[in-house]
Parts: sequence; C-alpha cells; structure tokens
Amino acid sequence: MKKNKSDLIRYLFFLSAILSIALIILISFFLFKEGTVIFKEVGFLNFILGKDWSPTNTPSSFGILPMILGSLYITLIAILIGGPVGIITAVFLVYYTKDKHYRFLKSIINLMAGIPSIIYGFFGMVVLVPAVRYLFPSNGNSILTAGILLSIMILPTVINLSEVAIRAVPRFYYEGALALGSSKERSIFKVVLPAAKSGVISSLILGIGRAVGETMAVVMVAGNQPRMPKGIFKGARTLTTNIVMEMSYASGVHRNALIGTAVVLFMIILIINLVFTIFKERNVNG
Amino acid sequence: MDKIMKKLIYLVASLTFASLLGIVAYIVIKGLPNLSLDLFRFNYTTENMSLVPAMITTIIITIIALIISIPIGILTAIYLVEYANKNIIMKFISIAIDTLSGIPSIIYGLFGMIFFVTYLNLGFSILAGSFTLSIMVLPLIITTTRESLLTVSDSLRQGSLALGATKVRTIFKVVLPCALPGIFSGIILSIGRIFGESAALIYTAGTVAQIPENLFSSGRTLSVHMFALSTEGLHTDKAYGTAFVLMIIILLINFLSNQVIKKISKEK
Amino acid sequence: MSKIKIKDFNLFYDNFQGLKNINMNIEENKITAFIGPSGCGKSSLLKSINRMNDLVDSCVTNGNIYFDDKDIMKTDVTQLRKEIGMVFQNPNPFPMSIYNNIAYGPRTHGIKSKEELDKIVESSLRKAALYDEVKDSIHKSALKLSGGQQQRLCIARALAIEPEVLLLDEPTSALDPISTLKIEELLQSLKDDYTIVIVTHNMQQALRISDNTGFFLNGELIEFNETDKLFTFPENEKTENYITGRFG
Repeated sequence: MKKNKSDLIRYLFFLSAILSIALIILISFFLFKEGTVIFKEVGFLNFILGKDWSPTNTPSSFGILPMILGSLYITLIAILIGGPVGIITAVFLVYYTKDKHYRFLKSIINLMAGIPSIIYGFFGMVVLVPAVRYLFPSNGNSILTAGILLSIMILPTVINLSEVAIRAVPRFYYEGALALGSSKERSIFKVVLPAAKSGVISSLILGIGRAVGETMAVVMVAGNQPRMPKGIFKGARTLTTNIVMEMSYASGVHRNALIGTAVVLFMIILIINLVFTIFKERNVNG
Repeated sequence: MDKIMKKLIYLVASLTFASLLGIVAYIVIKGLPNLSLDLFRFNYTTENMSLVPAMITTIIITIIALIISIPIGILTAIYLVEYANKNIIMKFISIAIDTLSGIPSIIYGLFGMIFFVTYLNLGFSILAGSFTLSIMVLPLIITTTRESLLTVSDSLRQGSLALGATKVRTIFKVVLPCALPGIFSGIILSIGRIFGESAALIYTAGTVAQIPENLFSSGRTLSVHMFALSTEGLHTDKAYGTAFVLMIIILLINFLSNQVIKKISKEK
Repeated sequence: MSKIKIKDFNLFYDNFQGLKNINMNIEENKITAFIGPSGCGKSSLLKSINRMNDLVDSCVTNGNIYFDDKDIMKTDVTQLRKEIGMVFQNPNPFPMSIYNNIAYGPRTHGIKSKEELDKIVESSLRKAALYDEVKDSIHKSALKLSGGQQQRLCIARALAIEPEVLLLDEPTSALDPISTLKIEELLQSLKDDYTIVIVTHNMQQALRISDNTGFFLNGELIEFNETDKLFTFPENEKTENYITGRFG
C-alpha cells in the first residue's frame, strides 16, 4: 500500500518533468504546421532570400531577407558594444570590487535584468532616438539606435555569465601570474580571460540570443521599414518586429508568412541555443 | 599601459552602472511630476487613460499563471534532483528546459495565439494570456528550484532516511522546507517577468483596456498598456506617469527578491 | 547472544570490492567498535546493516546480514531503519526546532498525539543527557546548539523511534575533546538498553568504550575479538602493527 502511494507520487514527478519535453514538441508542431505553409507557397529559399516584402500588394510578395539582415545588423551592433562592455564589467566585479560594494553593484545588475523591455523601449524612444537624431544625419529611428539600446539590454546576460566563467578560473592562475611579476591588468587579460574563454564566449552567444529575440524595445526605436537595410543611420525591420507589427490585421497567406517568419526566428534561436550548450559544456569539462 | 587599462576598466564599469541608474533616474524624475489622479480612476476612458484596469488584469494573469507553473515547476525540479539517474530521458528533459528558457517571448505569444486563442478557441482572453505566460515562466521556476534543492545538504536526506522515513516524506518534510527561500525568490523573479511581459500578451490576452468581465474576456496588462500609450504618441504625460508606476513596481519586486537572497545567505 | 549476524558478506562499488567475505556476530547489549585506516571498509559495513548503502547506485552486495535472525534484505526497509538507528559523522540536525527534530521520527512512524510526542521528546532528551541543557529552548532552532549538543541531539533523535540497535559512524570526529567525552559517557550508559556499533578512527576511544573490536584492512576483517584481548594480545601481526601505530 505504502509502496503504491510512493510510486504514484514518483509518477507525478515524472509526468511534470516530461511536460517540458511535451511543450517543446507542442510549440514546434503548431508553429511548423502553420508556418511552413508559406514555404510550400513561395518556396523556402524564395521566402528567406526574397528582398521584397509587400504582403498586401497584388500580386503580393513575401521575402524576409530584409528582416533577416535587419536582425543581423542590429544584433551585430548590440554585441560589438555590449560584449566588450559586459566582459570588462564582469572583470571589474571580480577583481576590482570590494566585498561590501559587490552586493550593491550585483543587485544593480539584477535590477537591470528585471527592467521590462517596454521601459527600455520607452527610454530609447524618448532619449536615444532624439540623441541619435541630434548627433547623426538621421531621423533617429535607426539600426544604430536599436543596436545601442539592445547593447544595454543584453549587458546583464553577458555580465552574469562572464562573471561565473571568470570566477571558475582557479585563483592560482591569477596569483601565479602575479608572482611572476606580471601586473594585475596583464594577469587578468593574458592569463585569466583566456582561461575563461569558453564561458565568456558562451555569455556572448546567449547575449546574441537575447538580442535576436527582443521585440517590444526594438519596435519602438528601429523605424520598422520593411526594406533592405540602407546603412546604420537608416531604419530597418527585424524578424521579431515584423511579426508584432502586422499580426493584428494579417489573414490567410499573409498570416502564414508571419508565422513562417517566427519559424525562421525559432530555428535561428535553436541554433544559437545549441552552440551555447556546446560552449557551456566545454567550459564545464575544462 | 597598465595604468591605461586600469582606467579603461573603471571607465567601462562606470558606464554600465551609470546607464542603468540613468534609465531608472530618468523614468522616476520625468514620471513623478506626470502622475495624476486620472491615472488611478477605477474606470478607463480615452480621456483619463487610467492604469487601474490594466493593474487588475496584470494581477489576475500573474495569479493564474503562477498557480499553474509553480506546482509543475517544483515537481519537475524535484524529479530532476531527487530521482536523477543519468539516463537519456533526464538529458532530454534538461535540454527541453534550456530550450524553453531560450525561446523569445514573441514566439511564446505566437504559439499562444495559434494554440490557446485559435485551436482551443479561447479567443483573446485572460486565460489564453495566463496559459501562455505559465509556459514562459516555467523554466525559470524549474531552474531556481533545482538550484536551491541542490544546495540542501545530503546529510539531511540521509538523516531522515535513517530514521525510517520514506523518500517522499524526506522530500516534502525535510528537503523542500530547506529549499523554500530559494524557491520563493524564483517565484518573485517570475512575478517580475510577468509584470514586464508584453510581446507574449498582445496576441493572446489582447489589448482591451477595461477591467475584464471574466476569464474569457480580453484585457491588457500594465506593460501592454504602457506599450499602447507610448506608441499612440497622444498622451506622452500619461505614458511617463505609467512608466513611473511600472518602474516602481519592478523596483519593489527586485527589492523583495534581494531581501530573500540576503536572508538565505545569512542562514548559511 | 548475537543481535546481528554477518555471513559471507561482500560489497562492491562498480569494479572495486569494498568488503571481502565478512563473517562476524555482533552481541546484544554490548558496544562493538570497528577500527581500521581510512577506506578499509568499516563505514561501508556499518551502512550495510541499516541498508543506507541502498542509496548508492553503484553499490552491489552479496552474502547475508541477519538482524534477530531475519534477513535484512527481506525486511521492509523503513521498518528495519526504525529498529536500527543511525548517527552520522557530522551532526545533521534538521533546520527546525529541537522539539520537531526529535518528534520527526515518531511522527514518521505514525505517532500524532501531542501528549505522547511530548513524552517521547522529553525522555529521548534525558536519555541523551541533553535535557537539562535545552529544556528552556526546546522550541528554538536546533542549529543554534553547539556541535557537541547537536550530536547528542542526533542521538536523541535516533533514540526517539525506540530502536534496538544504534549505529554510529565516527560520531565524535568533528567534536572537541570535552564533547567527545560526554558522548562516550552517554554511550556507556546506553548499552544496557541498546546494542551499539561504533565506527571510530580513534583507537583510544575504542579501547575506552567498546566490549568487542573488529579490525579492518583493505576490505577484510583481519581480527575480531574482545577489546582487551585485541589491544593487549593481538593475534595477527597486521593488527599489532596498526595498534602500535606503525601505519594508518
């Protein structure tokens, strides 16, 4: 009797755990079921390499290359700024912060991770856009603006994971380098950071994932024109914003094309996650 | 050379912290004077742009989403930690959880729209939104619970088992109570995620600005309300005021979770 | 009279054989000490008696252990552990009040009445010679106690389920000399009611408190005899080398 009861509870645990797998399958199934219609309609390659997105024209045209490039450029700027800044901040937290200040600074980073996209977006809209308009020849809603905003938004991800990786480097690497007469900075950048390489790279990969997937903040500052990007001071549309901009009025093939956009986004995210996992495990294995 | 490096490190780090404090300060300073009684009227009109209905919707959605995800998340974490033998299923579950936590909210939103809104025919509704968000925060609850279960010393489990307690009793009476603060901080983080979420809700819970009549009505959360206000561009003052309220809530949630973490580290 | 009989007992962790063909009888109402260098298998044998080794996936055993002439592998494990209590190397009180720590075991085995629990808590604390020290703080957290008090609490917790046998796995190795002495006195006073098996690193301790001593080396039981005889006239050269401090 007792045995049966504990088996039942064990079964309940197992069912809950298995649900995560079921959810992945469910999400993939429904996205692919509705999204791949467009691949059959216009051809997968035409869909992802087509340069023209005019869903409401007759004849309509569904090419999402502009959005793929839009996502790519914006993400590239975000990681070029946010990557180094995040890594250096992580170094600062580990090697240049006194214990009593550390907890405060760390809570700031955690707060940063908790601020909603919508607040970042609003800040971007009322502060960054005018600033970029003032400083550069543009109307402010641009690839650059979105890139800068995302570079701030991915900082907590990059900082927290880099910090973990840097802390995982055995202390004697650092002390050994110091003992050989190397300066503190030199020891960190020549010995500690290279040893933490896999972990630091995986933090950048996760940062890229966050940037590619971000929607609401980008839609408020990127301009959102569905055309091939024409330079960083011009506006662009990303994969995510393409969905959120048009879903409210889309129907039929247009709707399928938007879900198809999500399928492409989903696959990109899966690849990024896969690469992340590989680097993370390499870090664990030393 | 080293001096320059050192200066650079300090400069970059200050830049990081300044940018965050800048954002918070900006929202607070610009938002405070724009607070008006209109924002807190019980009924929403296009005149007052009250955030009260959105606030109520947010709370309802948070509660439903958590009622679903907390038990499932905790049971999953228990399975992973307490029953873990390194088989292939365990590996798949871990990969599934990692994947779930990497999926962007817009994809959750789209899935919610296809599955809950259309396929299950719930329409744009509080329920569809809550279900979608419960999936979204599930990995967060699982990972925080898993981590705090792992910090519970094995000697306590053995102590309980040696007294003749079953595994299940050991888990519920000894292990879970020890892990409670960590689980609690995971729940607070989830509340923060739900309060801040917008992309996953626009096409599941919809954007109706009134207090929802029932769980099948559409309703906008505070973040969605904030999005609508700021992109319409008509009520900039109200947008600032709403941003302020949202910011304060997030600060409060963060403060709470910091207190919990502090309590945990004090006990250790 | 033998309380526990160990017959042709072998134990493996994956490919490593931790215990080799152990045969011994543990006498009722006596203190039996297991001594030997680290990794000799003495703790593994102790944990086999209440089947705590079941928790180790890689652990496989063969041979038999009989408790009151019942094969322990054929006994319900929760019942077995109720009758054979265990105290660990590091004090492991649960993070709850002193009262709840002790009431945990009886509650596990179905005792719900408050009066009965009160009685058990008090008598267990008295048996563990802890009552006078904690009687005013019985509802305070057990983690506030000192290390020695915590270990006596763990003994009280084990006694609360009224076991017949008490297994102790190096119970004083994490304690200061004074706390150690208290626990040794306590064990002496308990042996009239319980059969006690203690694993110890400390030969003096075995000599001070035990009636019988088994010396283990590399998974084998080298010598098992009355404590006085084993320490004064060891029959085996390896035993002699160990107790005279030539290795270990």
